[in-house]
Amino acid sequence: MLGMIVFRTLSMFVTLAIISAIVFFLISLPPGDFAESVALSRSINGEPVTPEDIQIMRERLHLNEPLLDRYIWWIKGILTEGDFGMSFRYMTPVTDLIGERMGLTALLLVLTLFITYIIAIPVGVFSAIYQYSLPDYIVTFLGYLGLAIPNFLMALVLLYFSTVVLGIEGVGSVFSPEYQNAVWSFGKVIDLLLHLWVPAIVLGLAGTAGGIRVIRATMLDELNKLYVTAARARGVPERRVIWKYPVRIALNPVISTLGWNLRDLASGAPVVAIVLNLPDIGPLFFQALLDQDMFLAGTLVLFLTSLTVVGTFLSDLLLAWFDPRIRKGVVK
Amino acid sequence: MSQTETDPIVREDAATQAIDQASQWRLIWWRFRHHRLAMIGAFVLSALITLAVFADFIAPVAPHDRDTSYVLGPPMVPKIHDQNGFGWPFVHGLRNERDPVTLRMITAPDPEVRRQVVLFAKSEPYKMWGVLSLERKLLGLSDGTKLHILGTDNLGRDVFTRSIFALRVSLSVGVAGVLISFVLGLLIGGLAGYLGGSTDFAIMRAIELIMSIPTLPLWMTLAAIVPKEWTAIQAYFAITILLGLLGWTGLARDVRSKIISLRDEDYVVAARLSGVSDWLIIRRHLLPATTSYVIVSLTLAFPGIILGETALSFLGFGLRPPVVSLGVLLESAQNIRTIAQSPWVMSPVIFVILIVLAFSFLGDGLRDAADPYSDKA
Repeated sequence: MLGMIVFRTLSMFVTLAIISAIVFFLISLPPGDFAESVALSRSINGEPVTPEDIQIMRERLHLNEPLLDRYIWWIKGILTEGDFGMSFRYMTPVTDLIGERMGLTALLLVLTLFITYIIAIPVGVFSAIYQYSLPDYIVTFLGYLGLAIPNFLMALVLLYFSTVVLGIEGVGSVFSPEYQNAVWSFGKVIDLLLHLWVPAIVLGLAGTAGGIRVIRATMLDELNKLYVTAARARGVPERRVIWKYPVRIALNPVISTLGWNLRDLASGAPVVAIVLNLPDIGPLFFQALLDQDMFLAGTLVLFLTSLTVVGTFLSDLLLAWFDPRIRKGVVK
Repeated sequence: MSQTETDPIVREDAATQAIDQASQWRLIWWRFRHHRLAMIGAFVLSALITLAVFADFIAPVAPHDRDTSYVLGPPMVPKIHDQNGFGWPFVHGLRNERDPVTLRMITAPDPEVRRQVVLFAKSEPYKMWGVLSLERKLLGLSDGTKLHILGTDNLGRDVFTRSIFALRVSLSVGVAGVLISFVLGLLIGGLAGYLGGSTDFAIMRAIELIMSIPTLPLWMTLAAIVPKEWTAIQAYFAITILLGLLGWTGLARDVRSKIISLRDEDYVVAARLSGVSDWLIIRRHLLPATTSYVIVSLTLAFPGIILGETALSFLGFGLRPPVVSLGVLLESAQNIRTIAQSPWVMSPVIFVILIVLAFSFLGDGLRDAADPYSDKA
């Protein structure tokens, strides 16, 4: 168990290191460099820029050095000072821009994951127990639909319904007006959660549908096994038969795919946030890509990836804790 | 062996005999036929492909044609009944009037004028697939005015026409992207599975690494790097290749696990002992055995690539006009005011959902049918 944790922790750091290298490579892909971009945006604003200025800026930002040296310089900045580089559009360190927004994205992802399972587990179990009943058919159909509708379109439909049909403005805002500029308090946190569940449901739609399918399938396999019949034959109450044994096994694939689910959520989150105009990293990422502001965009990709890598790591630990067969090394 | 062939209990009727003699593909087809959802999926998909292939003929209007008298016009739904009684399917004519509230000049249906919907209506001459000169379209209006089944967009272009031309582009992106993933996945997964050892370890770690990066943000970042000076066609190829280059990981994993399970089968070991070369073993013995699994994975890979393209184009990082894909069409539906005033510009969504559902149903059905141990025959 301990050996596994150590090995998984190490491999997580190796993964993060390699991914940061890939991201850095992406950052340096676009033609032209940061100094030229800044020079261009300055000269558009009417400020005179001489070639010497560009040269000075290049030296200050180590742009003349080879790719590998720049990468090491970038990583050193991140690790020692938490400095992720400069955003040329805003001319401020990337960290200043994304601090609070990253928190909101992380909160949204965790909340979505939570809602996904709160819905998927009971519905999946129910759907398996009452296989081929009307509710089962409805759930299966909705599940397919949930998987087929891209979540940014779901967000659009939601916008349409709330603004046109229900006449509510500002679905995309995450605070009520009275909390907009207030300092953080218990009331503000509650207010935030009350606003976030709408994007969370839109974002979690596909994950929920997928989760229901997985749980339903595993439950159907397990319900026909002899141990269930044996438990029933001994007169164990039905509710206990189901929740104590097959459900525990059906939860296994759910936990082991938690990391992938988080990955898919992190993949969809920026797009949903762009459509709903949430004040999280989504719109910032969008703008950064439009401007080819690569340090900002790269940092955001790195952030989303780190979330999923850490999530996968945690889901592995959770699985080992949850399933004695895996903990004892009986099943891989 | 020869005993079972003469055994009267086994050879009971013609049906069992047929099953015993059927080829693998025939067995798969028999099982597939019983999968109702998969059959529906196959049917919807063929319908969509027909729409896309014959788009020039089916579309009532030319794709870049602007109907300036009917900008952001609502869908014209053919009716068979109005206050003047029943009749051949028709749509009402149009007349100009003032909006009672805003006093703007608007185009509104004129209930007194009927324009009949006719088959093989005469149209402007056009070239089907760029070669075949035709002067008729599948549907049209009797007086030669334009039929807008799904309404028009903010430039007066026909939404239905553009949707089915976009369907063509989106499907082609899907096919090309899946083909690229297919070649890469088969090659890399096959290598990992057959060679095993450290090669396998390295490839699997690389795949896990790529898979841990959230797909859409990575696609967006790469697509944003595509130079803005590139033409629409260049961007089209760049985006298709991008989608394919990142989609192979799942397929590679499937192929690898299948090959590993086959590698130690007796017939493969026998071939190796007889001195058959690695390449020949892979080609003659291993790949054919994985065909059905590969086909299933490919079918299930389509939705991801098509949704990826749609999301990218929707955000403006994907394909660019004048190339129209479903995502490009939806880009104009990004604005909440547009959706509120003219919800029909969102209708290309229907095609996206249909494609994704059809491929998922088809893939599920194929997976069940291709599994020789499933008892759903």
